[in-house]
Amino acid sequence: MTQRRRRPLSPEAAAVIRAQRGFSRRSLLGGTGALGLGAALAACGTSGTATGGSDSKPAAAQDTSAKDKMVNWANWTLYLDYDENTKTYPTLEAFQKQTGIEATYDEAIEDNDSYYGKIQGQLRNGQDIGKDVIVFTDYMAARVIEQGYVQKLDLGSIPNSKNILDNLKTVDFDSGRNYSLTWQSGYAGIAWNKEKLPQGIKSVDDLWRPSLKGRVEVLSEMRDTLGLIMLGQGVDISGDFSSDDFGNALDVLEKQLNEGQIRQVKGNSYKEDLISGDAVAVIGWSGDITQLNAENGDKWGFAIPEAGGTLWSDNMLVPIGSPHKANAEALMNYYYEPEVAAEVAAYVNYICPVKGAQEIMAASKDKELAALAGNANIFPTAADLAKVKVFRTLKGTEQTDFTSEFQRVLGN
Amino acid sequence: MAAIAPRADATEELPRATGRQLRTVLILLVPGLLWLGIFFVVPLFTLAGTSTQTPSGSGIPGEFVQTFHLANYWDVISEYKGHFGRSFLYSILATALCLAIGYPLAYLIAFRAGRARNLLLVLVVAPFFTSFVLRTLAWRQILSDDGWVVSSLKWVHVIPQDMAVTASPLAVVAGITYNFLPFMVLPLYSSLERIDPRLIEAGGDLYGNGFAVLRKVTFPLSMPGVVAGTLLTFIPASGDYVNAALLGNNRTTMVGNVVESRFFRVVDYPTAAALSFILMAIILVLVVLYVRRAGTEELV
Repeated sequence: MTQRRRRPLSPEAAAVIRAQRGFSRRSLLGGTGALGLGAALAACGTSGTATGGSDSKPAAAQDTSAKDKMVNWANWTLYLDYDENTKTYPTLEAFQKQTGIEATYDEAIEDNDSYYGKIQGQLRNGQDIGKDVIVFTDYMAARVIEQGYVQKLDLGSIPNSKNILDNLKTVDFDSGRNYSLTWQSGYAGIAWNKEKLPQGIKSVDDLWRPSLKGRVEVLSEMRDTLGLIMLGQGVDISGDFSSDDFGNALDVLEKQLNEGQIRQVKGNSYKEDLISGDAVAVIGWSGDITQLNAENGDKWGFAIPEAGGTLWSDNMLVPIGSPHKANAEALMNYYYEPEVAAEVAAYVNYICPVKGAQEIMAASKDKELAALAGNANIFPTAADLAKVKVFRTLKGTEQTDFTSEFQRVLGN
Repeated sequence: MAAIAPRADATEELPRATGRQLRTVLILLVPGLLWLGIFFVVPLFTLAGTSTQTPSGSGIPGEFVQTFHLANYWDVISEYKGHFGRSFLYSILATALCLAIGYPLAYLIAFRAGRARNLLLVLVVAPFFTSFVLRTLAWRQILSDDGWVVSSLKWVHVIPQDMAVTASPLAVVAGITYNFLPFMVLPLYSSLERIDPRLIEAGGDLYGNGFAVLRKVTFPLSMPGVVAGTLLTFIPASGDYVNAALLGNNRTTMVGNVVESRFFRVVDYPTAAALSFILMAIILVLVVLYVRRAGTEELV
């Protein structure tokens, strides 16, 4: 900047050069360098609060439910009945009228891991995260229960919890359901394009047919993809399988990925590839396929492989810092009334965990609704339930080790 | 032009500025310094701290203790050297493609567009009106196996019948190129637009043919734009992971994908932090080398 000025060719040319100097290499380097690094950091900004190794568990917050008639609920997208015309959630409106508790609903959860990353720093310190009900899938529910980040429920104030499906009554991470209550469940199974594969698919091994090369996609959810492969290899995923069993399944996945049999490993977005035709057969979720078929014509088949599929659940939990536990319990109790559960199931299309909802839906005057009562992906049949397993909770360092290996195979 | 020139003069006279002028300068600097201090410098130190931690041994994911374990860096380099190579290969390729596509475009807008200039500039910026992720997703539809682009290429036998364009390195590089093209075109344009046309005329008067004038006059004068454009493209491109995640497969993952997966999926914060640091360091070194090489006397 302090460099001596040269004699310019003309006043205009001087202006050009001076203007360019204002945009010198140095200021450019400083500016854009900081920008790039800043952006890189922003992505990791929460790492500072995310570490530490204290053994003491946070204490539950004082319950002020009686005074503050409110409850804040964080849930996943498209997971509660919604009325497009009034822009409201009908069952939630009814809850507010019935109980006088003001309910705020927020589609704040996009996936387990990132939501956990977002709230865990506050949970560890026992702070109120501004939510009184959160919804986590089994393995993440297991983690927060073990860490003491959620409050113990008073089952006396949730009498309707007796309506829970027998399969879900006891889970290995919360026997007796003292901390969690299922919101919705679903299967992971195999799905295929019925036009391209009229004979259908019966097992995970069928996905590896040479004719399907590059047209197969599997889920990025480790427990579902590897769970299905392990079941196909005769391993009981809810039993005490070893890391060798896990490794054998992972080898299959790695081989199919590297040979290009599997095109991509996807989260929810495999649905778009089914629509575009890039994917012809997938490991996918039951509710997704029900929704796809409803929106795009009945094009896809879904089946639980003969060797078995996975059953997963999303669970309602009360964060440790929530001052509205009693209100949260009132909300849970409300959604376990069969009438209310039926209304939600009609919209959400995943497995309804509440007994009695099917009968109520079947008795509905609305023909479409009554037909949904016969949908095995919403109200599972005993035969299907006998085929599915819940992936057991991973112990100790298994969680980190298995995930790490799985991500390595995915190229991460 | 006239509005910019006095400012450049003011900066040069800075050392001789009076106390009051200095205070004004400091006040102007405060918002930027505060912002960078809180959101860049402080997180940078936390990130550095995280990068040398090791698991606490409790088995609960996400619990780490500070042990100043510098070997994390070595482990990360040996484990992920392939990802680093791929990140920089893809981003350099994409930057070169952006320059090859962007330079003629910026030249056209600056010198030949006439009254269409503003319209063309708006068109360059127009993609920003839609979300980055949506635009990338659109590419997946455009390049899908049964989409019209790939089908017609197969029909004229340009590509083999069983070839898929998405889920390949080609798609990733194409996606990055597409997404970052405006970052190349805009600085190039602003640099080219400032060139005095009489200098170019003078080149012709001195018997330089079109190419010689471009090489000796236009291109050197547009160097600030080239440097700015390539940096604005290269730096974010090498840290990008959206394109690799949406358009690639398990063999095209970049460092950004690993950071994402380590941070959110595996909950291995130290590895994610070390990866980010190494990425920053390599970018910094490459950029410094590049700017030194690209920098010529006429530039300063």
